[in-house]
Amino acid sequence: MFISIYSPAPVVWHLQMAQTERRDAPGLPDFFQLKRLARDQLIFLLEELPGKKDLFIDADLMSPLDRIANVTILKQHEVDKLYKVELKPIVSGSDQLCFLIRPRIKTVKWISDLVNSDKTAGRFRRYKIIFTPQKFYAYVTTDEWNFYILPLDDDILSLELPEFFRDTFLEGDQRWMTTGGGALHLLQSVYGSFSKVYGIGRCAKMVYESWRELTEEGEQRTRQPEFAKVFLIDRDVDYVTPLCSQVVYEGLVDDIFRIKCGSVEFGPDVTSSDKSIKVMLTSQDQVFSEIRNEHFSNVFGFLSQKAKNLQTAYDKRRGMDIQQMKAFVADELKGLKQEHRLLSLHIGASESIMKKKTKQDFQELLKTEHSLLEGFETRESIAYIEEHINRQVSMIDSLRLLCLLSITENGLLSKDYRSLKAQYLQSYGMDHLLTFANLRQLGLLEEQQTGETLTVMESKVGKLVNDKTVGKLTDAFSSLAKKSNFRALSKRLALVPKYGEEYDLRVPRDMAYIFSGAYVPLSCKLIEQVLERDGWTGLEEVTRMLNGQEFAVTGL
Amino acid sequence: MAFVTANWNPLGEAFYRKIELYEMGWNLKDALTEYLVAAAPYGGPIALLKEHHRRSPGARPQLEIYSSSGVPLASFPWKSGVVKQLGWTVSDDLLCVQEDGTVLAYDLFGRFKRHFSMCNEGSQNQVLETKIFHSPYGTGLAILTGALRFTLATNIDDIKLRRLPEVPGLQEVPSCWTVLTQDRQIKVLVSSGPRLFLLDNTACTPVTPPGLSPQATSIVHMCVSFSYKYLALLTDSGHLWMGTSNLKEKLSEVDTKIKTAPRQMAWCCRPKSQQPSAVVMWDRLLLVVGECKETIQYHLDSDSILVPEMDVVRIISATHHELLQEVPGPCEEIFKIASMAPGALLLEAHKEYEKESQKADEYLREIKEQSLLTEAVKQCVEAAGHEHEPETQKTLLRAASFGKCFLSNFPPEQFVTMCRDLRVLNAVRGYTIGIPLTHTQFKHITVQVLIDRLVYRKLYPLAIEVCRYLKTPEYQGVQQKEESDEDIAKAVNTKLADAAGIFYSEIATKAYESGRIELAIKLLEFEPRSGEQVPLLLKMKNSPLALSKAIESGDTDLVYTVVMYLKNELNRGQFFMMLRNQPMALSLYRQFCKHQEQETLKDLFNQDDDHEELGNFYVRASYKEQARDQVIALYLQRLEARMSLLQNAVDEYYKAKNEFSAKSTEDEMRLLRLQRKLEEEKDEPLVGFSLHETMITLLSVGLHKQAEQLYKDFKVPDKRFWWLKLKALAEKEDWEELERFSKSKKSPIGYLPFVEVCIKHHNKLEAKKYVSKVMPEQKVKAHLAVGDLEGAAEASIERRNESEISTVLSRCSAPSDQALIDRLNRARASAVKK
Repeated sequence: MFISIYSPAPVVWHLQMAQTERRDAPGLPDFFQLKRLARDQLIFLLEELPGKKDLFIDADLMSPLDRIANVTILKQHEVDKLYKVELKPIVSGSDQLCFLIRPRIKTVKWISDLVNSDKTAGRFRRYKIIFTPQKFYAYVTTDEWNFYILPLDDDILSLELPEFFRDTFLEGDQRWMTTGGGALHLLQSVYGSFSKVYGIGRCAKMVYESWRELTEEGEQRTRQPEFAKVFLIDRDVDYVTPLCSQVVYEGLVDDIFRIKCGSVEFGPDVTSSDKSIKVMLTSQDQVFSEIRNEHFSNVFGFLSQKAKNLQTAYDKRRGMDIQQMKAFVADELKGLKQEHRLLSLHIGASESIMKKKTKQDFQELLKTEHSLLEGFETRESIAYIEEHINRQVSMIDSLRLLCLLSITENGLLSKDYRSLKAQYLQSYGMDHLLTFANLRQLGLLEEQQTGETLTVMESKVGKLVNDKTVGKLTDAFSSLAKKSNFRALSKRLALVPKYGEEYDLRVPRDMAYIFSGAYVPLSCKLIEQVLERDGWTGLEEVTRMLNGQEFAVTGL
Repeated sequence: MAFVTANWNPLGEAFYRKIELYEMGWNLKDALTEYLVAAAPYGGPIALLKEHHRRSPGARPQLEIYSSSGVPLASFPWKSGVVKQLGWTVSDDLLCVQEDGTVLAYDLFGRFKRHFSMCNEGSQNQVLETKIFHSPYGTGLAILTGALRFTLATNIDDIKLRRLPEVPGLQEVPSCWTVLTQDRQIKVLVSSGPRLFLLDNTACTPVTPPGLSPQATSIVHMCVSFSYKYLALLTDSGHLWMGTSNLKEKLSEVDTKIKTAPRQMAWCCRPKSQQPSAVVMWDRLLLVVGECKETIQYHLDSDSILVPEMDVVRIISATHHELLQEVPGPCEEIFKIASMAPGALLLEAHKEYEKESQKADEYLREIKEQSLLTEAVKQCVEAAGHEHEPETQKTLLRAASFGKCFLSNFPPEQFVTMCRDLRVLNAVRGYTIGIPLTHTQFKHITVQVLIDRLVYRKLYPLAIEVCRYLKTPEYQGVQQKEESDEDIAKAVNTKLADAAGIFYSEIATKAYESGRIELAIKLLEFEPRSGEQVPLLLKMKNSPLALSKAIESGDTDLVYTVVMYLKNELNRGQFFMMLRNQPMALSLYRQFCKHQEQETLKDLFNQDDDHEELGNFYVRASYKEQARDQVIALYLQRLEARMSLLQNAVDEYYKAKNEFSAKSTEDEMRLLRLQRKLEEEKDEPLVGFSLHETMITLLSVGLHKQAEQLYKDFKVPDKRFWWLKLKALAEKEDWEELERFSKSKKSPIGYLPFVEVCIKHHNKLEAKKYVSKVMPEQKVKAHLAVGDLEGAAEASIERRNESEISTVLSRCSAPSDQALIDRLNRARASAVKK
């Protein structure tokens, strides 16, 4: 078993565990402890402000908080009313205000404005600010709710930090590195130390450093570790994977209904009633746990089989005597009913997905993605993207395709870049000039450096040094141009199966099945390779293409 | 108590006493005479070098340094040349004068400090004799060279060699010579045969001591007092002449009756003493000679050396360290047998009081009657200062304290100070420390110097204790000046390395408070918690380091802390420059400005000439003005603001040579103007829409001409325009217009979209109109879209495309379309065959 830290979606930083296929793998540790720790600390902090109080919560903390301590628990600890932080003047009548917020400048500014306006109005109130997961400025004494990790499922932990990607990769803010370190430290102190740590990327390294510092500071604990290995990967090591359309069931549910904090809200079209239903998507949900990772094309078959089984189970009633019937009602009926309910929800969801995703458009989108990954028919793909933009199919999808194009092709040709950008601006407005600037800064969407500029520079410098170093220089220049090297990587690691090969999605032979057999996720492949080799040896070429910064440490 | 006077010896009016200070802790293998010895004044260290006179090249004599009590401080083999003389400087550094005139300076612990030469370059002369002396100018050095010339350096810290004039008629090494200070000049007194010469910078003057006994033919030994006030000359006839060092006055002349040359001579006179006396030492005999005719003789058990001090003479032998002094006045008054001095009476009174005898009252009464009680207390306090035995000190102080009780207005300072001083003195006199200072010396060198010396000897805890005890602020006191900051930091780290939970920041704070900023910074290097490191660095005003440390730590808050601090501390230009060198701090500050100080952000970009970012900045700003306002005037005002911001953006983009962005922004401005114009004319909200949205809106309200105009003005690609017009018309269900549009020219997007869009709006009839126009390869799709299976089948068969045929087949349902199915199957079979 191992833990990998990486973000499946560009904006969420997840800490994911996955089980190896080994049968003898030990069971998963009980993550309930983490929840209880977080809840106890929060309650303690709330109790520090005795009496009735209104609680203001940052919007993005709402869902995670719900998983830790629901409204009933909060009410038990004298929380009167709950408000979402909206950065607007408040209407609370309470004399005690408690703020549970992320360390953000604008939120703190809002609170200080609020306190000041109370002051001018001559109103006396008590205020308490709880930052999570860590404090803001060291100066002010505020409280810290060390809520680092939210167990989303039996095997998925999440840091629930929506700003992580933007702060770290775009704004150059390393605030969350220590949070990462703190989270790992927490895991380690609860479940024992890890035997091996692997990582790649600048942030991974920083997280590791901060974690190591914490470990050195604190006391050593020798416990039988419940985790064997940790893998830290920077998001920017593998941009391609999150840019591809998801085609497994869970991915599609996320695409269409948005999974937030491990739960999803199914609208009336799914529930076939007039109400929306919120469903927790965990492995507790038996139907879901069986189809979540299945390619969507298999899901219907599976669901109908399941429905038949259910029917059979129900049908058992016929011909039962009273005794049997009694046992049936007592033992099985409830389970069957529950299964029934879930099954109908998932069937509804699948229908909804079918409606949206089996249309011509989606098929063509997938086709384009696949040709981009394979590097074939680039012109056709560009034409498709252009049409996609022109027809205003989807603002995000267009950008996603553009990014995928840029990364797989090491940047767009100047001519294409300009024309596509102009098209996009015409469709969605000029303000996206800024979007493009940001994407370029991230290296997600770039204009190819005209070959000349680089060659000129190279030859200039090359004259100054001997031939041996020229090779190195060329490497340096290519990294200067932030080449994503996707094509070379994909060849080296066999990420894209050969074109035209049949891929049986029912019996997947490798990880590529999650992208209909078109692509093996780079990050997963890396983990597989490193675990196989127990380190980075033999992967030097790969790490060089990923801009290095890899490490493997035994015992911490 | 009774034996206080036991070791007193009378000399004229005065008494002399010899007190044992220490039993020496060293273990010397040879007699002291075998060594070259130098003992520093004020109870300083003692240096020994054996076999100094042997010249065998292989010999590596050991140079050893001990404290006054014989505790070893350092020892190292002597590797340099032949040493003529050892001596100590005023700051307790060891000077080793070599035969060749090179002087090597070592510290107390035998670490080499520096070297310099006393010989002029090229001079091959050997050094014959050397004297190291202390004057108000510092430590000086005088040498007698092989050419029988004297060279003088007044202060070795600022070496200026002075060659003194030749002594007329000097043919051989003078029998004795010494260094004097007179009229703020350093002079050398030389005895050459029967004559005496005084050498100064310019001249050599013959002098005659007044009243020197005529029997003498030459002077064999001479010495000056510690204060250079007195001079003593010993003649070959055994007469000791004593007088002032200016040779104007004679004090006395005593016949010692010993004609051999003495080993050493020294003055023993306490300040203010009326009776200075000289101490002359022969091999085993010590003679104290005063003004009177009598002398005191002491027999010495072993070879010794004399160390003159300002008020005493110390006698160091291989086994013992003794002190010879004239019994100080108050002690004499109190302890003299049958003394009736007030102090003596008070001591007696206190003794009786302790015995609970009424005699105490009698004695007290006696003092009081003479109203001498104040005097008595003072005497006791002073006498305590001069006593070496703590017990005697205590007795005297108790007596003083007892007497004080009967005085109403006696100021306590003297008593308190004395108690404290004695506490300190007793501590430093202790065997392990080994600094046998007298109270007079202590007062002379001051506490600061004593503390410096303790620190120099690395006796930090004691130094700190002394400071605390005497309430001297520590920063004045304990400082390690000699060692480099690096070494101290390392030393601290080595000592504390194993201990967990050491807060280096606290140590560093101390160092900072002591004014040792560099040291504090070095110490902070060991502090693992940057949270502790950075604020202290800020406090120390080392902001660049604080900033880089904060960045290293990766703790955003720390970086912010420093950045905000710097922002207030530095002027804007400096601040920006500093940020410029730290990209991470810069990016964080930009983030902050984005939320808090838009204008500053602009300045930041301006400073870096980052026109690209400035352009982006203006674009962002322009979108802040986007909100619609109900009041038309305000609305227009905002629009104006927006336009001017965009114009700024255009300018910046041009400066950044980003033609694309500049052009796009210009287009946007053009669009805004057009939108506004159309808004006014047609009363349709348009401002803020993208070009695409604008055209759609125009089309959907039937303003085809205007949409057309935009399409031309903004060079909208044909495909886009067709797509959007198609969509807009269909949405409006303006089928007539759609048809007209389809016929306006050949569709760049083909006609399948026409079919699809009609179907989407459930207008099969309209859809069918376009099926025929669809390109052959899309025909099947088109037919299927309108539900025309037959047409689709027809088309697919015509194209003999297997997959298309299959698609059509899959749409056919069995019984109703049986004929079609058969046909298609046949066609497929033939297509496959082909």
